[in-house]
Amino acid sequence: MSHAVGIAGPAPRTAATAGERPDWLAHVVLGVGVLLFALPVWLAIAGSTQQSGAILRGDLSLLPGSEGLAAYRRVLLNGELGTQPVWHMLLISGGMALVIAIGKIVISLLSAFAVVFFRFPFRRTAFWIIFITLMLPVEVRIIPTYAVMSQLHLISTFAGLTVPLIASATATLLFRQIFAAIPDELVEAARMDGAGPLRFLRDILIPVSATNIAALFVILFVFGWNQYLWPLLVATTPRLDTIVIGIVRMIGVESETDWAGVMATAVLALIPPVIVVVLMQRWFVSGLTEGEK
Amino acid sequence: MATLELIGLEKSFGATPVLRGIDLEMPDGEMLVIVGASGCGKSTLLRMVAGLERPSAGRVLLDGRDITALDPSQRDIAMVFQNYALYPHMTVFDNMAYGLRIRGLPRADIRRRVEQAAELLGLDALLARKPRMLSGGQRQRVAMGRAIVREPKLFLFDEPLSNLDAKLRVAMRAEIRRLQRRLGVTSLYVTHDQVEAMTLGDRLLVLDQGRAAQLATPMEVFERPADTYVAAFIGSPAMNFLPATLAADGTAAALETDALVPFADGRRDGPDGRPLTLGIRPEHLALAPDGLQIVVELIEPLGSETVVHGRVAQGHQTGDQTLVVKLAGPVPATNRLAVWPIPAQLHVFDRATGQRIDPIGDESAPIRLARTAVAG
Repeated sequence: MSHAVGIAGPAPRTAATAGERPDWLAHVVLGVGVLLFALPVWLAIAGSTQQSGAILRGDLSLLPGSEGLAAYRRVLLNGELGTQPVWHMLLISGGMALVIAIGKIVISLLSAFAVVFFRFPFRRTAFWIIFITLMLPVEVRIIPTYAVMSQLHLISTFAGLTVPLIASATATLLFRQIFAAIPDELVEAARMDGAGPLRFLRDILIPVSATNIAALFVILFVFGWNQYLWPLLVATTPRLDTIVIGIVRMIGVESETDWAGVMATAVLALIPPVIVVVLMQRWFVSGLTEGEK
Repeated sequence: MATLELIGLEKSFGATPVLRGIDLEMPDGEMLVIVGASGCGKSTLLRMVAGLERPSAGRVLLDGRDITALDPSQRDIAMVFQNYALYPHMTVFDNMAYGLRIRGLPRADIRRRVEQAAELLGLDALLARKPRMLSGGQRQRVAMGRAIVREPKLFLFDEPLSNLDAKLRVAMRAEIRRLQRRLGVTSLYVTHDQVEAMTLGDRLLVLDQGRAAQLATPMEVFERPADTYVAAFIGSPAMNFLPATLAADGTAAALETDALVPFADGRRDGPDGRPLTLGIRPEHLALAPDGLQIVVELIEPLGSETVVHGRVAQGHQTGDQTLVVKLAGPVPATNRLAVWPIPAQLHVFDRATGQRIDPIGDESAPIRLARTAVAG
C-alpha cells in the first residue's frame, strides 16, 4: 500500500526518502478523517438493527444487533405511527429532487442561452436581476412565497412543493460562464451550417456542456433531496411528506420513539443520493474540473 | 461556380470606421487573397461576405444576386475558420455531415459526399474519430472537408493556417491551392502572412486601415507596389525607404548624402526638389566601390545569400538611416560596405502621400487600384 502511494505522486516519495514524513502518517490522518465522517453513518446502520429500547437506554452497540433488517421492513412497508410508509416518502422525495434538479437545469439553461447568445434590450439588466436573486434563498423569501402559493391554491400540492424551488440564479450563472467560454467561431460555424437557435442549443450547446450538466444535476439533486423548511411549510398533509420530514415526524414523544425505525429510515434516506453521486461520479468530477476542449 | 462582387462595402463599429468602401469584382474560380497587417479590416471584410457581420453600407453580390441582407445559411457560402471550429462532440463524419443534414439531404447523398471529400483530403481512415483525437493538420483538413461537402458557390478562408507549425503550413498551403484549382470554386482567403498571400493568390487585395491599397496579381504587387505601405508589407526583408528629392529635371533622385540616383525608366513629373521616398528592395542593392557607404551593424548569413544590416554613412559619421542589403553568396566580416541600387529596380514614391510615382508617359501597366463605386 505504502508503495502505491509512493508512486502516485512525487511529493510523498521524496518525503519518504528524506525520512521526514513517512507514508503511514498520511494514512493515519486519512484514516481519522474517514472515521470521523463514517462513524455517524455506521452508528445509524448499527442502531437500525437493534432493539429500540437499547438506544433509548443509551447503550447503543457499535456492532449490529439482534433484530437484523426487521426495522427496515417495518418502516419501508408500514411507516411509523402517523406517518406514511417510507417507500411513499422516498417516492415523494425522489420525485421532488428530480423535478427540482431537472427544472432548475432546464430553466437556467434557457435563461443563460438567452443572456449569452442573443442581443435584446435590457439583456444585462435581465441578467443582473437574476443574479440578485442569489441573495434571496428560499428561507429569506419564505413568507411571500407562501403567500403566492396560497393564492395560486398550490399549498399541499406537488407543484407547490417543487415549483418555488426551481428558479435558480446559481445554475444560470454557471451556465452563463460555460456558454461564454464557448468559442465564437463554433457558434458561427453552426450558423454557416444553417443551424437555427434551437437546433444549435440541441445539437451543439447541450452536448458540448453535457459533463457540466451532469455535475450540476448531482448537486441540484442532493439540494432538492435535502430540502426541509419549505416542504415542512407547504406540505400540510402526510401524503406529501418527504423522507426528511418523515424522519422528524417519527421522532415523536421521546419514550414512544422507535429509534431502530428512525435509524433505518435515515439509512434509507441516504441511499438514493449516494446512488446518484456514485453513478454520475465520473462525469461529476470531469464536469467540475476540466473544460470541454 | 460563381462570381462575387462587392460594391462600396463599408463597416464601422460605433464611430470607428473599419472598412472605408471596398469595391471588388471576382471572376468565377478566382482565388483572391486579402492581406494586411492586423487591424486592417480584412477579417471584417470576410465576415461581411459570410453574413456574420452586417455592412454599414454597400452591397454584396454573389452570381449577380444581392445577398447583403441574407442569413449566412442562405448564402451558399462555406467558411474555414482559424481555429477550425469543429464540433468537439461529433465524429469527423458528423462534423462534415452536419450542414448537409440540416439541409435535409438524403442519407445516401450525405454519405457519398462526405466519403468523396474524405478521400480527397486523405481522411478516410479518420471518419469515426472525434476532433480531440486528431492532429492540428488533420483538424484543418476536416474543417476544409466540412466546407467542401457543402459544394458552395464560394469558399472563405479566415487565416486557416496560422495555428499550424511552419512545416505543416507550407504543406497545407500547397494542398489548399491544389484543391481550390481542382474544385474550381471561387475563394476569398484572408491572411497576414505575405508568403501565403504571394503563393496562393491569383490576385491580392492589400488592405491598409480599411481601404484597398492595391488590387493586383502578386507579381504586380511585388514589382509595382502602389504605395509605401504595400511596398513595406510585401517582400522579405522589407523594402528600404530613403528620403530623397527630385533632381536633374526629373531624371534622378538626390539622396540626403547628395548622391544622385538616376532613373533608368524615365522622367518623373514635378519640380526639382519635390520630396520623394525612394524604395529599394534589399536584394536590389549591389556592391559598388563608389556607391553609398554603409556602416555594417549585423551580418546574417543565410547560406546561399547574406543579409547585411547597416546605416548609411554621411562622410565620417554614421547617420540614422538604416539600410538592409541582401547579397548573393557569403560576405566576409567587415565594418564598411559600399552599395548602389540596380537602376531599373527603383521605386519612387511621393513623400507626403506615399503614393507611387510612375515615369511620365508610362502607360504600360497602370496601377490597378480597386475601382471606384459603380452607381446603383
